[in-house]
Amino acid sequence: MADAFIELDHVEKVFDVRRRTGFLKRERRRVRAVDALSFTVARGEMVGYIGPNGAGKSTTIKMLTGILTPSGGRLRVAGIDPSRERTRLAHHMGVVFGQRTTLWWDLPLIDSYRLMHRMYRIPDARYRENLDRLVALLDLGDLLDVPVRQLSLGQRMRGDIAAALLHDPQVLYLDEPTIGLDVVSKTRVRRFLRELNAERGTTVLLTTHDLQDIEQLCSRVMVIDHGRLMYDGPLAGLHEAGESERTLVVDLEREWPPIDAPAPARVVRVEGPRQWLAFPASRSAAPLVAWIAERYPLADLSVREPDIEAVIARMYAERAGRAVP
Amino acid sequence: MGSGRLYLAVAVGGFRRYATYRAATAAGVFTNTAFGLILVHTYLALWEARPGLGGYEQAQAVTYVWLGQALFATLAIQGGGFEVELMERIRTGEIAVDLYRPVDLQLWWLANDLGRSVFQLLGRGVVPFVFGALVFPTALPGDVATWGAFLVALLLAVVVSFAIRYLFALSAFWLLDGQGVAQALTVTGLFCSGMTLPLNAFPGALGEVVRVLPWAAQLQLPADVLMGEAAPLGAYAFQGAWAVALLAAGRLVQAAATRRVVVQGG
Repeated sequence: MADAFIELDHVEKVFDVRRRTGFLKRERRRVRAVDALSFTVARGEMVGYIGPNGAGKSTTIKMLTGILTPSGGRLRVAGIDPSRERTRLAHHMGVVFGQRTTLWWDLPLIDSYRLMHRMYRIPDARYRENLDRLVALLDLGDLLDVPVRQLSLGQRMRGDIAAALLHDPQVLYLDEPTIGLDVVSKTRVRRFLRELNAERGTTVLLTTHDLQDIEQLCSRVMVIDHGRLMYDGPLAGLHEAGESERTLVVDLEREWPPIDAPAPARVVRVEGPRQWLAFPASRSAAPLVAWIAERYPLADLSVREPDIEAVIARMYAERAGRAVP
Repeated sequence: MGSGRLYLAVAVGGFRRYATYRAATAAGVFTNTAFGLILVHTYLALWEARPGLGGYEQAQAVTYVWLGQALFATLAIQGGGFEVELMERIRTGEIAVDLYRPVDLQLWWLANDLGRSVFQLLGRGVVPFVFGALVFPTALPGDVATWGAFLVALLLAVVVSFAIRYLFALSAFWLLDGQGVAQALTVTGLFCSGMTLPLNAFPGALGEVVRVLPWAAQLQLPADVLMGEAAPLGAYAFQGAWAVALLAAGRLVQAAATRRVVVQGG
């Protein structure tokens, strides 16, 4: 790749887990959290990094940010070995955790930003300019003097994102940035991230369980499971690889035998007048809805997007079954 | 110097955080005054029975009591400073956020705790001390130089106190639960720093031992410098040696902890 910003070459991380098996008896077990992981991310890319809980996502991020040392392999971010030069790398990266905050809990939001100003040694003019821009884009104007503990989750999240970007990082790691946010806040955060990536060319690595985050932000998805890269490519390809399905939830006016839907759609569940139909995520729901509406007493309906965990689980099961040599 | 301004900002933040909790400060002032009254009457009775105990006159013993109450929160003698938060951050994995920053973990918390100490001295220390000095006969120096020497000893005491608590707090990387450690800090702090009884008055071998432990740098030495019982330079040397040794130990443990130990949580 022309300008590989993040490079992993057969990176692995092995943990020794000690477990008590009896009085004073301990058993040592080696857990391979990340296993021969190799990928590159180009400067300015926006990549979704997904996988079930315990797949190795956080371990990867911790190695990329330098707070965990890989057990083997080669890892570089902006040409820097993160675990050796954690502090130098810290000046080039921003990190946002959905469930943690970098802000000072008891103090007004602006105090945390002043601290960032000093911490990252941001030149005064740049700090002013970035603060003004972030405050405007993330709508923080009325919140600057409010103690962080009084902010709502969505407000705090926006405050955290601004804090991570004051020093113009080259790369932004986002861990579940929309978790727990309402629809309006989610939309706002996503729009901001899209603009940031387009205008500033910030490289973004995003871990999430929310498929919509990926759909709206990332042109590329990497799926990790059991410490290995299972998929690396566009989101559409992921749906194909995992044969993912959307679900049409249909409320009929009264109880009815299972709808005899045209293949590949099929009824997967019936509960009184409500029926669930699965159909491929790659197809439009419209023809199916029209078909049902013509033949059945339709009261209401909704479409559920495929669950990312389910997609991955299916993909994993399929690969295991196929037993690739 | 860029990093100097950062750590100054951290210290100011530490000061302001404690300043936001006014009711807690008022309660603390009341508690320290009340405890001072109880302790001062105990000491008066004790020095009545044993004049010159530990080399102190009665007025000096009274001064020692009020100084102890004034510095109780400043030196976090029974714990309750930054280390509670640090241990909690290690336990929950929030420590990751600190490690992502281009800062020195130990200096960051030291600056934070110095800010807290300055607030506790002004917010919680001054009132009980002035109250004690007005109501009881005390042995306070009249010259500015001695007060200045005392403030230097106090600063060193705060650093030693920090360094002890930093070491205790880092144990959370391995132990995860900080409650036992917090209790150990309380007990050792109250006993070994001379909060219950001046270390000078400890008998025999026990006295010899506690007077060379780092806790002696906290309350005993600043008190002796203020009352002219200890030469400032000797006191500084003792405090400085412990400060350097404990801060260095803290750095070693910190390096081991961040290198080898898994940061908790996803």
